[in-house]
Amino acid sequence: MEPSTVVLIVVGVVVLLLLFIVVGIFNGLVSKRVETQNAWSQIDVQLKRRYDLIPNLVETVKGYASHEKETFERVTQARNQAFSARGPNEVAAAENVLSGALKSLFAVAEAYPELKANQNFLGLQEELTSTENKVGFARQHYNDSVSQYNTALMSFPGNIVGGMFAFKPAEFFELDAAQAAAIREAPKVKF
Amino acid sequence: MWGFATNPACSEYLACGLGALVHFMPTTFRDLVAQNKRNSVLLVACMVLFTFVVGMVLGLAILAMMHPDMAAHISWQRSLGIGAIAAGCSLMLSILAYYSGDSFILTVSGARQIKHADDPELFNVVEEMAIAAGVPMPEVYLMDDPALNAFATGRDPQHASIAITTGLRSILSRDELQGVLAHEMSHVRNYDIRLMLLMAVLIGTIVMLSDVFWQMLRWGPNSSSSSRSSGSSKDSGKGGGAFVLILIVVAVLLALIAPLLAQIIQLAVSRQREYLADASAVELTRNPLGLANALRKIAADGHDLKSANRGTAHLFIANPIKKFEMRANSVFASHPPIEDRIARLEALVKSPV
Repeated sequence: MEPSTVVLIVVGVVVLLLLFIVVGIFNGLVSKRVETQNAWSQIDVQLKRRYDLIPNLVETVKGYASHEKETFERVTQARNQAFSARGPNEVAAAENVLSGALKSLFAVAEAYPELKANQNFLGLQEELTSTENKVGFARQHYNDSVSQYNTALMSFPGNIVGGMFAFKPAEFFELDAAQAAAIREAPKVKF
Repeated sequence: MWGFATNPACSEYLACGLGALVHFMPTTFRDLVAQNKRNSVLLVACMVLFTFVVGMVLGLAILAMMHPDMAAHISWQRSLGIGAIAAGCSLMLSILAYYSGDSFILTVSGARQIKHADDPELFNVVEEMAIAAGVPMPEVYLMDDPALNAFATGRDPQHASIAITTGLRSILSRDELQGVLAHEMSHVRNYDIRLMLLMAVLIGTIVMLSDVFWQMLRWGPNSSSSSRSSGSSKDSGKGGGAFVLILIVVAVLLALIAPLLAQIIQLAVSRQREYLADASAVELTRNPLGLANALRKIAADGHDLKSANRGTAHLFIANPIKKFEMRANSVFASHPPIEDRIARLEALVKSPV
């Protein structure tokens, strides 16, 4: 074979190899980005679960502790606000208020032993605790997937391919200072 | 000196002939995960290479006993070809084992599937972990047994099942339960089931080849009279004979040591994957103490799990056969010593991420 043919073949193979590598990296970035979008929507799924569970809980507790009106009203109001909130900041703020109100409700329930023994109440308590956890884990998973995506995008060779196809880094789910303070506040209980 | 050689950490390094692995105490679970993945890759590479070499040598030796002339003149390409055939058989067997199901292990252990209504707390805990991991919800099973143990099975996260004994279920708090289930799910997430199947098949191949080799050595090749009388043997004569002799000696040594060495490598990999599952569990729960406390409770228990045996032991969170757990500081342990695992987890608490 002539040397020029050999060179041509070698160049051809190298180009093909590079193409495969670029395609592989591109696909990797795409799947990581889609995972972040999926993880974000999962948070909403868990938040919506809460709205359905709360009216049930309020009714059960009312049956035993009917004079704790203030707490019930707080919870119902917070729930409705969160349900109708739009935009990430509004939603996040409303959710925090709701979490606080729920904590108060459960703290109040501690004072009523018959309520604590009620199977319905216990079941609902477990479901709500679990839903709170699920919201937390969904946010954790979202941040984890953002972390993986951003790392892939910013390291070599992802940054080159990412730059070529205009991939943008995703944002972490964070609470601003006011929301963070609100969440760390202990629930207020009045008897 | 013997203690040095049988200490599991050293066997990890020795098994690969590498002393240069850095031995530091990882400060975050990400470090733990990275370290364990590296170790696993090295160990598995050793195992595959080992199988290839053993396959080649034993295959050649078997060939030598059937057709001495052919073996003496075999080219290096043919030798590699024989090694490749051994590897190919393993691959086919592993694909078979891969699909032949996890339902087998579940039936054998007498587990019953539960739905959300049967045990809401357990179901919710698993669901929370599935959300944190971003994987579909696995099937959940309960085993009626006072022993404290749990296992996971499944070739990938889309086909996973988790089982836990009633004994363990009743004794753990929610956080500890979450730690244990996160550990089990991590085994599936990290494709450990797949890995262990692969290793089992590789070992099976080595054992099978050794067996065939021994059989041939004892009973002699069955139809070699025709090849002995073929013409070219006069020319190759002494040179070929010496080669075949050396080959057979090496093969005998290998057939003696190989199955043992292969088992040691496999158990070293199994231990690494247990550490990895612990670290991955922390990645999910972000709560090292949950799992650490659960492991303490498990360590304190004396029951043997009725339905487990040595073959399935590696699937469980702690060695289900208690006397093996006691001797965990040996090269033949499928699980690392529980104190070590607890110590690693508690070290993470000092420097949280």
